[in-house]
Amino acid sequence: MTFLDYAPAPESTSILNLKPSYGLFIGGEFVDGGGSSFASISPSTEKTITTVAEATEADVDRAVKAARVAYDTTWSKMSGSERGKYLFRIARIVQERTRELAVAESMDNGKPIRETRDVDIPLVAAWFFYYAGWADKLEYAGLGPNPQSLGVAAQIVPWNFPLLMLAWKIAPALAAGNTVVLKPAETTPLTALLFAEICQQAQLPAGVVNIITGAGATGAAMVAHPDINKLAFTGSTPVGRQIASTLAGTNTKVTLELGGKGANIIFDDAAIDQAIEGIISGIFFNQGHVCCAGSRLLVQENIHDDVVNRLQNRLATLRLGDPLDKNTDIGAVNSKAQLQRITELVNVGEGEGATRWSSPCAIPEKGFWFAPTVFTDVHTSHRIAREEIFGPVLSVLTFRTPEEAIAKANNSPYGLSAGIWTEKASRMLAVADKLRAGVIWANTFNKFDPASPFGGYQESGYGREGGRHGLAAYLNSSDWKAGSRS
Amino acid sequence: MSPRASALATTHRSHSVLGSGATEKALITFLRGIPGVDTVGAEARAAGFATRSLKTTSKAAGLDMIMSMVDLTTLEGADTRGKVHTLAKKAIVPDSTDPGAPSVAAVCVYGDMVAEVRESLGSWHISQRPDGVAIAAVATAFPSGRASMPVKILDTQFAVSEGADEIDMVIDRGAFLSGSWGMVYDQIVSIKEACQRADGSYAHLKVILETGELATLDNVRRASWLAILAGADFIKTSTGKVSPAATLPVTVTMLEVIRDWHGMTGEKIGMKPAGGIRASKDALRYLVAVAETVGEQWLTPDLFRFGASSLLNDVVMQRQKMRTGHYSGPDYVSVD
Repeated sequence: MTFLDYAPAPESTSILNLKPSYGLFIGGEFVDGGGSSFASISPSTEKTITTVAEATEADVDRAVKAARVAYDTTWSKMSGSERGKYLFRIARIVQERTRELAVAESMDNGKPIRETRDVDIPLVAAWFFYYAGWADKLEYAGLGPNPQSLGVAAQIVPWNFPLLMLAWKIAPALAAGNTVVLKPAETTPLTALLFAEICQQAQLPAGVVNIITGAGATGAAMVAHPDINKLAFTGSTPVGRQIASTLAGTNTKVTLELGGKGANIIFDDAAIDQAIEGIISGIFFNQGHVCCAGSRLLVQENIHDDVVNRLQNRLATLRLGDPLDKNTDIGAVNSKAQLQRITELVNVGEGEGATRWSSPCAIPEKGFWFAPTVFTDVHTSHRIAREEIFGPVLSVLTFRTPEEAIAKANNSPYGLSAGIWTEKASRMLAVADKLRAGVIWANTFNKFDPASPFGGYQESGYGREGGRHGLAAYLNSSDWKAGSRS
Repeated sequence: MSPRASALATTHRSHSVLGSGATEKALITFLRGIPGVDTVGAEARAAGFATRSLKTTSKAAGLDMIMSMVDLTTLEGADTRGKVHTLAKKAIVPDSTDPGAPSVAAVCVYGDMVAEVRESLGSWHISQRPDGVAIAAVATAFPSGRASMPVKILDTQFAVSEGADEIDMVIDRGAFLSGSWGMVYDQIVSIKEACQRADGSYAHLKVILETGELATLDNVRRASWLAILAGADFIKTSTGKVSPAATLPVTVTMLEVIRDWHGMTGEKIGMKPAGGIRASKDALRYLVAVAETVGEQWLTPDLFRFGASSLLNDVVMQRQKMRTGHYSGPDYVSVD
């Protein structure tokens, strides 16, 4: 064994206390669902972790009713400072149970423990702390003197950051005085169910948070439910489009956070070694299962070969394998279906004539895995330069001038994220000003903070999450007018 | 200060990069053309190395490596024959309870103590056995470097003639910070010449950048290139007399230059972080940084050293812990 093989350093799973099966969390307790149950497997071992209930249309109705009752009788009547106390309590419990939540998330999602431990779960706590602070200060959110909560919010979150996306949805909704029905993705329900336990532990009033599990049909029933006031969805653009058409013309407020094909622009004066790290965190963080991933690398043509060479050398040091090993950099792809989609698009890329390079790392026998892959000789007309792959696959394109970089970066139906790497601050600001993307990182990538709003342009969705702007998604601005008070 | 148009001393390295008859202007143009370092990113990268978890066999192998890479150092005004002999004996046998423990790489002292170390090492000197201990001497008006060139050259020649295998020189930070990069370069070239022994061979030259005084990572990167171009066998972070001494971001920045130089020329330059590394846990992080930045072939005392004194006792304690399953205490390892 060489030094770089590092002996296994697995995080223990003994901290977990999972039940063999979970029901639906409705009205403050776990109840049986009307549908058949399904298994949640670990994508790194393909072993069943637990089984969960599938919520039927009747279950969705039950959950919405529970949320409505809680809204009418308790949550909407409670003062902001009281709501804030509950959110602070949840934040503290998340911190106390960090290791447990990190282990559960890594098992269920396949992402490495160093990411769940160092990124996902600390951000979950940060999000609750941040919005807890807003709960009694809504009048200062810039929405008028007396903004009103909406009512019942239906929330559907994806599998790439299961608990973090839950926090992005639930924390502002609750702070603003809404009650929620949340559905985690069918492949990653585990941490949402543990979060239901945390709600019990925090003695959150029954029905304020309802967690129901299920797949597309359950989600569709939530969207179509007549008694929801708000629908928040994070996921794919095709599903987002369906949701938008279902809810068009209704009074239901909608926020959609959809796909992306983020451009990461490297100018020739960039701090090159840090830019390489940024490229990696842009597309290989979380196996590339990131809607705001920097999946299109735009490199100034005169440094293309040097950048690609450094990138490949660095990628060869990344360690792919057991998500629970503390030294793992790249975990498992979340599901067989996603692996097939990645494989299909990579084959398309090869067919289109792009040059493929994949890291020579060993692939475990069981589970779903994809080695970090870089395509060079990619051109703007290629599908791999336009479509979201949602996996550890980078497409490298070149540009000659800042104008060309901006034009190529903006040449996408999406507009979620972008990155700029240069040591010249004037260029950084000038380029950022012309990019059509909701989030633009400069000399960093994939950094999140609860105080910063997040969201997209065009097919990347609408509405903002995070920060003061994130509150607007869960509040009606005051109808207060000078001389009158409603 | 305007760059000198006069030619710099040519080394085979500078010739390959700057061409023949290179001037200070050419050197400055080259060093200014090197990509910058983003401090926030560099610090994040260094913090990433610290999250590697070394357990069981990896930890045991790492601890042995650290032990064999230590330049056991005493650089005090109060150094005496007794102190130096104690240190040299410890360099040979760092842990009397474990004959299998490797000896350290070198003993590092002021030039006037070289003969004492040589006497104390005896048959354990590196010239007598391949697993033996080398003698390193600081020179060039260490630690400030504020002396005339004849003094610095004499200081070096004396240490070499006394039997130093390795010379740890300091660069003139004042000259570097004022932009006289050609002067810094020429001084290193002169000291390299002063490292030549009577038989024509050379003592190994470690060039101390004193990164705590250079302050920015951009300066660290430029000074690293400069030192390598001028002929350094090793580049070294610090004297240990200035705070901050060695840090992981600084070391990684220097390792990146070593990696790029190797990529360009195939030549391997050594690295020595010095000062401030006291715990085995910290030292293990440096090994991770070396392995993942320049590659595992650098994990040898020929190419990587720790300039340290108290680190050795911590490694001894950690090795005892791995062997026996429980921690001892400072009373179970020798004081220097």
